[in-house]
Amino acid sequence: MKQSSAALKIRENLMRAVFFTAALASIVAVALICVFLFSQGLPAIFNVGVSEFLGGTRWAPLNSSDPGFGILAFILGSIYVTAGAIILGVPIGIFSALFMARMCPKGLYRFIKPALNLMAGVPSVIYGFFGMVVIVPAIFEAFGKQFDMMSGNTMLAASIILGIMILPTVITIAETNLRAVPQELYEGAVALGASHERAVFKVVLPSARSGVMAAVVLGVGRAIGETMAVQMVAGNQPALRLPWEFLKGIRTMTTNIVIEMGYVEYGSLHNGALIATGVVLFVFILIINTLFSILNRDKQEKRSLLSLRAKRGNPDTKLTKEQ
Amino acid sequence: MVVKMDYIKKQIKRKKTSDWVRFFAMWISVIITVSILLYIVGFILIRGIPHIRPSLFSLTYTTQNQSLFPALVTTIYMVGITLLIAVPFGIFTAIYLVEYASRGSKVVKIIRMTTETLAGIPSIVFGLFGYIFFANWLGWGKSILAGCFTLAIMILPIIMRTTEESLKSIPDAYREGSFSLGAGRLRTVIRVTLPSAMPGVFAGIILSVGRIVGETAALIYTIGSVIKIPESLFSQGRTLALHVLQLAGEGHHRNEAYATAVVLLVVVLSINLLSSFIERKFKNRL
Amino acid sequence: MKFVLSEVNLWYNDFQALQNVSMDIKANEVTAFIGPSGCGKSTLIKSLNRMNDLIEGCKITGFIQLDGEDVYGSMDVNLLRKRVGMVFQKPNPFPMSVYDNIAFGPRTHGIKNKRELDEIVEKSLHDAAIWDEVKDRLKKSALGLSGGQQQRLCIARALSVSPDVLLMDEPTSALDPISTGKIEDLVMELKKNYTVIIVTHNMQQATRISDKTAFFLLGEVIEFGDTDQIFSMPRDKRCEDYITGRFG
Repeated sequence: MKQSSAALKIRENLMRAVFFTAALASIVAVALICVFLFSQGLPAIFNVGVSEFLGGTRWAPLNSSDPGFGILAFILGSIYVTAGAIILGVPIGIFSALFMARMCPKGLYRFIKPALNLMAGVPSVIYGFFGMVVIVPAIFEAFGKQFDMMSGNTMLAASIILGIMILPTVITIAETNLRAVPQELYEGAVALGASHERAVFKVVLPSARSGVMAAVVLGVGRAIGETMAVQMVAGNQPALRLPWEFLKGIRTMTTNIVIEMGYVEYGSLHNGALIATGVVLFVFILIINTLFSILNRDKQEKRSLLSLRAKRGNPDTKLTKEQ
Repeated sequence: MVVKMDYIKKQIKRKKTSDWVRFFAMWISVIITVSILLYIVGFILIRGIPHIRPSLFSLTYTTQNQSLFPALVTTIYMVGITLLIAVPFGIFTAIYLVEYASRGSKVVKIIRMTTETLAGIPSIVFGLFGYIFFANWLGWGKSILAGCFTLAIMILPIIMRTTEESLKSIPDAYREGSFSLGAGRLRTVIRVTLPSAMPGVFAGIILSVGRIVGETAALIYTIGSVIKIPESLFSQGRTLALHVLQLAGEGHHRNEAYATAVVLLVVVLSINLLSSFIERKFKNRL
Repeated sequence: MKFVLSEVNLWYNDFQALQNVSMDIKANEVTAFIGPSGCGKSTLIKSLNRMNDLIEGCKITGFIQLDGEDVYGSMDVNLLRKRVGMVFQKPNPFPMSVYDNIAFGPRTHGIKNKRELDEIVEKSLHDAAIWDEVKDRLKKSALGLSGGQQQRLCIARALSVSPDVLLMDEPTSALDPISTGKIEDLVMELKKNYTVIIVTHNMQQATRISDKTAFFLLGEVIEFGDTDQIFSMPRDKRCEDYITGRFG
């Protein structure tokens, strides 16, 4: 009945190889995504001309005599709606996170925390649909006559929806980082006679600065990448807008892809230009992610420094195991 | 109790105007957050529930009857096939990272980095990639299969991370106990650590199901929009979320859009509740 | 001789945890390792069944022989661990039923027959003096047992693969006095059939149950000999200081 140890060893090594191979999947996936996006997108960018593509304001892919492939309006559009979402969502998000981390009665927390998880789980079509039937008409109602608007599909509507959509992300990450602030700092402030609120705002919040920034950055990533909800409320006019024209329709990089991809021929310049829009978006996201991991790493280093200090006199952590 | 009241009184006395501003800023923010959620969910439910009719669940979709049933079936297929592809990869990766790889090795660092990158990529970029690679380069066309592979890449980091986290939370004492009895690494993983980590893995899988069910941008150009119960892996299809998108966009099917949105919302919310329920149970057990 | 150690040195990265440890451990005796925290006694016990292999940056030189075979030579680690069972400081039953906990070891080594397993489970639980307490709840989770019961279950689990040697790493440090007493009685019983090596912080415990005692300090064996001799007239001043409670 005894299994020979050689057979066991073969099985061990075989499964080890299987696990290792599977672990390479994410590397392969990222490599494929990069290769295919860039190989299909970059030729279109060079074909149009880098400065013409990134800096051009005329988007007329269907004009057969003089097609225009400038996506500046969409880059700006993405930046505007994201900025709007940050302005509307981040203060509420951070205050909520402070509340969750330092003020919330336990009973209430047990209700709010799952609610936030639900909020993160609501699909973007639902947010978009809600924006379409509630926020867009409301904006039209409020400003339509005054500003001679055609509809409520506007930059503002997109910003509001995105502001709502980033709330769970911002709150969850910020809360985690606020909770990680050592209790001693808070107690120190209160011991000096500071009120609870003052201690939280003036000591706890600044100590978690980089973590809270990381939350905001992740919110930016979420907002800039959102597609369907924006497409449903933003109006999608491919026109260059200025920041204060928030009561006009706008198109972002994501919506440009999703709106036009349906009727282009695979392999055409128009198709390439849409994929190239995706490439630009991808680069934006990579920058944002790098920023996020730098901010997060900062925090981790600080924490490991603290734990190192706590273990002073016992420089080799392995030793703590050995007694 | 007396002491506590005293303490609270002191607190109240100590608050200045600026403190009251901070106090209310926090309360009002959290109230806004929660009421937005309740408003969205309540609004969809109230508008949609009256329009849920049996005919919405008839076997076929026609222009007279916007049945959501084919979309529901497609969604279930999508969930099943996508999980079949992604779950083994996710779990195996996590096992490799936690149980086999030595900490700080180069490969581990690269795997971590790429998984983080995957987790941050927006769904439209996955959609673009699926459209280029699966639908066109591999020649699968817009199909269930292309959609499933696209989604599988998308949920891979979720499954990997939750499995990794729960494997990490298994005390080393279990591993030591197993090794000390002469069990090898493989047996230790399969019989001791992985079973103990299973609830966490399930929570991650359920979370991914939520992502799949709610996804639109990654699917619109990878599975097409034919609304029929799919006959093969290469059929086009339309999931519930895509169905809501189409109905909402068409404008003259608002009521059906509301009703379908209710079904979608209920599915997603119950998936979420299930996930947090399992997670809580897991935490209590450890 | 069960174990023969000669010139064993062990490093965790740059830190030397054991220095030139040499000793002979006799079969069917209880050998106790005593000494202050961080003196290397747990490190040594873990070297005997190569549990140190799991720690990154661990390096070992010298010889450890079990029945004349080099432990760090061509011997299969899993078979070594079958022959040298281990009980840990904190009870670590697996999160499964009492029965499956005990059956895990035999199953690992290829026993699948249900009757055979039943026998092993019952015998191991008997030998660990816990059978009467758990016989009616074999199918229930082992995590529901008390700390003392869990530790005896872990001893039973270690016995289930019929080892020659039982290593015990402070097996009573997490237990109350009554459970400790039961485990000590058990150790006295076990030495008839097994070689027991026990790390302990508790000097009374060492005098009560061990035949031989080794006193460790900073990774070195300062004194090794009969327990009676070590505790009544230690040869080394540092050993005497430790035993009389002047440090540690």
